[in-house]
Amino acid sequence: MTRVTQLQVNGTTYRVDVDAETSLLSVLRHHLDRTGAKYGCGEGQCGACTVLIDGLPRRSCITQVGAVGAKHIVTIEGLSPNGGLHPLQRAFLDVDALQCGYCTSGMILTAAALLETNPDPTEQEIAHFMEGNICRCGTYLRIIIAIRQAAKMLKEVRS
Amino acid sequence: MNRDARVSSFPGAEPERYELASPPTHRFQPCRREFLKLAGGGIAVACVLKDLGAAQESGGGRRGFGETLPQEVSAWLHIGEDGVVTVYTGKVEVGQNTRTALTQAVAEELRVPPDSIRMIMGDTDLTPFDMGTFGSRSTPVMSPQLRRAAAATREMLIDLAADNWKIKRAGLVAIEGKITDPLTRRTAAYAELVKGQKLAKAIPAEIPLTPASEWKVMGKPQPKVEGRDFVTGRHRYVSDLKVPGMLYGKVLRPNAFGATLVSLDASEAKGMPGVTVVEDGDFVGVAAPTPEAATSALAALRAEWKSSPQPSGRELFDDLKRNTAEEAGWEGRADHAVGSMDKGRAEAKHKLQATYTVAYIAHAPLEPRAAVAEWKDGKLAVWISTQRPFGVRTELAQVFRLPEDQVRVQVPDAGGAYGGKHTGEAAVEAARLARAAGRPVKLQWTREEEFAWAYFRPAGVIDVGGWLREDGTITAWEFHNYNSGASAIGTPYDIPNQHIQFHPARSPLRQGSYRALAATANHFARESHMDDLAQLMKMDPLEFRLKNLKDARLRAVFEAAAQKFGWAGRRKSSKGQGFGIAGGIEKGGCVASCAEVSVDGGTGSVRIVRVVTAFDCGAVVNPEQLRNQIEGANVMGIGGALFEAIEFDNGCILNGRFSRYRLPRFSDVPSIEVVLVDRKDQTSAGAGETPMVGLAPAVGNAIFDASGARLRSLPMAPKGIKV
Repeated sequence: MTRVTQLQVNGTTYRVDVDAETSLLSVLRHHLDRTGAKYGCGEGQCGACTVLIDGLPRRSCITQVGAVGAKHIVTIEGLSPNGGLHPLQRAFLDVDALQCGYCTSGMILTAAALLETNPDPTEQEIAHFMEGNICRCGTYLRIIIAIRQAAKMLKEVRS
Repeated sequence: MNRDARVSSFPGAEPERYELASPPTHRFQPCRREFLKLAGGGIAVACVLKDLGAAQESGGGRRGFGETLPQEVSAWLHIGEDGVVTVYTGKVEVGQNTRTALTQAVAEELRVPPDSIRMIMGDTDLTPFDMGTFGSRSTPVMSPQLRRAAAATREMLIDLAADNWKIKRAGLVAIEGKITDPLTRRTAAYAELVKGQKLAKAIPAEIPLTPASEWKVMGKPQPKVEGRDFVTGRHRYVSDLKVPGMLYGKVLRPNAFGATLVSLDASEAKGMPGVTVVEDGDFVGVAAPTPEAATSALAALRAEWKSSPQPSGRELFDDLKRNTAEEAGWEGRADHAVGSMDKGRAEAKHKLQATYTVAYIAHAPLEPRAAVAEWKDGKLAVWISTQRPFGVRTELAQVFRLPEDQVRVQVPDAGGAYGGKHTGEAAVEAARLARAAGRPVKLQWTREEEFAWAYFRPAGVIDVGGWLREDGTITAWEFHNYNSGASAIGTPYDIPNQHIQFHPARSPLRQGSYRALAATANHFARESHMDDLAQLMKMDPLEFRLKNLKDARLRAVFEAAAQKFGWAGRRKSSKGQGFGIAGGIEKGGCVASCAEVSVDGGTGSVRIVRVVTAFDCGAVVNPEQLRNQIEGANVMGIGGALFEAIEFDNGCILNGRFSRYRLPRFSDVPSIEVVLVDRKDQTSAGAGETPMVGLAPAVGNAIFDASGARLRSLPMAPKGIKV
């Protein structure tokens, strides 16, 4: 079986030795101890396992590690590399856009991908883009507000 | 007061029928030496419960057999020589933000900033016994106990300062972690005062608390404690934990509920490197060095199971009514009658009877059950996502025949529970595998396991009848709930003749607690029927309710919701638009919700457009987190109201995964407006559950308003409605 020996995660090259068919989620969590991405359903339905692969939100539970190659993976631990908070992380805290927090890393990374392509999304655009992410605690409205707030913060930073 | 007395004394309304299935067996007695050993120097105060009600909450009440009730400790508070305040409570954090609310409670009475407090929660070695985190009890019961401990500590600190300064204590004030003498402007930080002290004190329950009108930390928004760890991925849920040498476990599930193992061929799995296979009765599991190896080993097992035929969901409601049970594991039938039904019926001019049903639904916390188990020197340590750490300890002690003090259960803040994590299956399984493997084992259930092998909100059938005078006064009320539960089964309306009964039944599926328990089902039936009665009398649904309602607090939330919603001036501006209202009383809180829906004339699909919820839970502790809970309760309520239902057949769950079981998503969420009716003159009630109970009937009533269709089954519109 094909093995995967290297993985680019949060700007660092990690040596691994795993079967290429192993899920990226498992490699991140169990082999690299990056546990920010969560298991929720194992079938790409809930978004708790979302990571960014070359900037695109991907379900790591149904992504085989062999398909990632040399692409850059960003997990929640690496979203704000200098130890500070990304505007989305700040905004999620500011508007209490979480309760149990289990969906939060997936929500934030999906939203980060959205803001990359659409820096000023409407509420409808946010809801549409985020439809694949489940928050069982039901904080959806606050998540929308947080993303709008983060968009504003990012705009100010950029201008 | 009148309201509370009536509801809580109602014989069928014991709040946690399904939660008391396994009585705790632990005996805890405060021990000064142990306590100080644990806490180090400084001063420590223990909450000692004298009143029976509170003692029951902490497990004291179950004693009996003529034994005198010993003093029970419910929580500890300690100030170390470094000034750090540490609070020990058996409650757990599952997303309801009780960690934050309890921190506020201590900060308020101790007069320290919230960020100087460390809260140790749900650790059976460190925290006093607690029955569990359920029933919206943390705010009304644990919070006042912690406040008393904090207030007593504050008074001890004032005594210490007065002693140090050799002055009278009167006039000294505690503020911002210091005792100050306003006359001399002398101050002493708490850390200074506790230096060299080794004081432990147990306080009685009569310490006066700061009234809500004077609150400075409580009653104000307070961000989630340790919130930063959750948005950065730093927080470690149970499934994120790693213990040195840890293996990964998997359990082989039978092909149907109740199946027994006929044969097992584990030879291939046993030959895999580092794999341990356990066969013990009908339990079969594996432990392996990686999750992938565990999955492979599981797949290599060849098992034959024997199961017997079991009912299907299609006959569920007939089955439940046919299979009522006198005992059925619960506490028998609840029967409540006032006045004379014959008299009430005779006085009536109109009557209306109907039958409602509710489906089994799944809690589906985003974090499935998970546990890590480690044996060391005969002692078992377990980390598990549960609402009942002490209950799980008992479970483990019984299963492994250990004294309870040889079992330690710890609960890191969990990824959702909603009443679905009262049990310790994952801990038992992980511990069994770990014992066989001689290494620690982590086990996380798959989503499919969580759907099939946890438990569900009970399904039920509710028969309801109302009898009315010509003027819209209800003269008689009949209400029979089969299996779903007795929570909020009583009516808050003033009806002189009532017969209300809960009928336990033999449930074909494993069932248990769920956020708001049967209050959702009972409110759905009652408030839908109230709407039908209003229609029958050609009265406005709100006016009809108020005509039959005296309770001032419930009237106030109905009026507050209606006002915010614009109920009086509502007008349909498009086809398929409809408006509904519903409300009630549960767990010390009053709620009313108004809903606007839109029913598509072509497809029959139902969209909830707008919800207004007014909620009175006494004095508000944290308005922002309270709004968050009310919004979340409404969103969760949408699933059970419109589309969530467990399908099953012959001992199998047919739709037990997210691609087959629809949960509320972004596109399902309406605009939600919250009206907080802050009653500073009333004690604070829990708020995680009650705000959800008005949603389903308000939506059902709005669908009726929009389409003329009265939907009497939850979920109401899994595939839209017939138009």
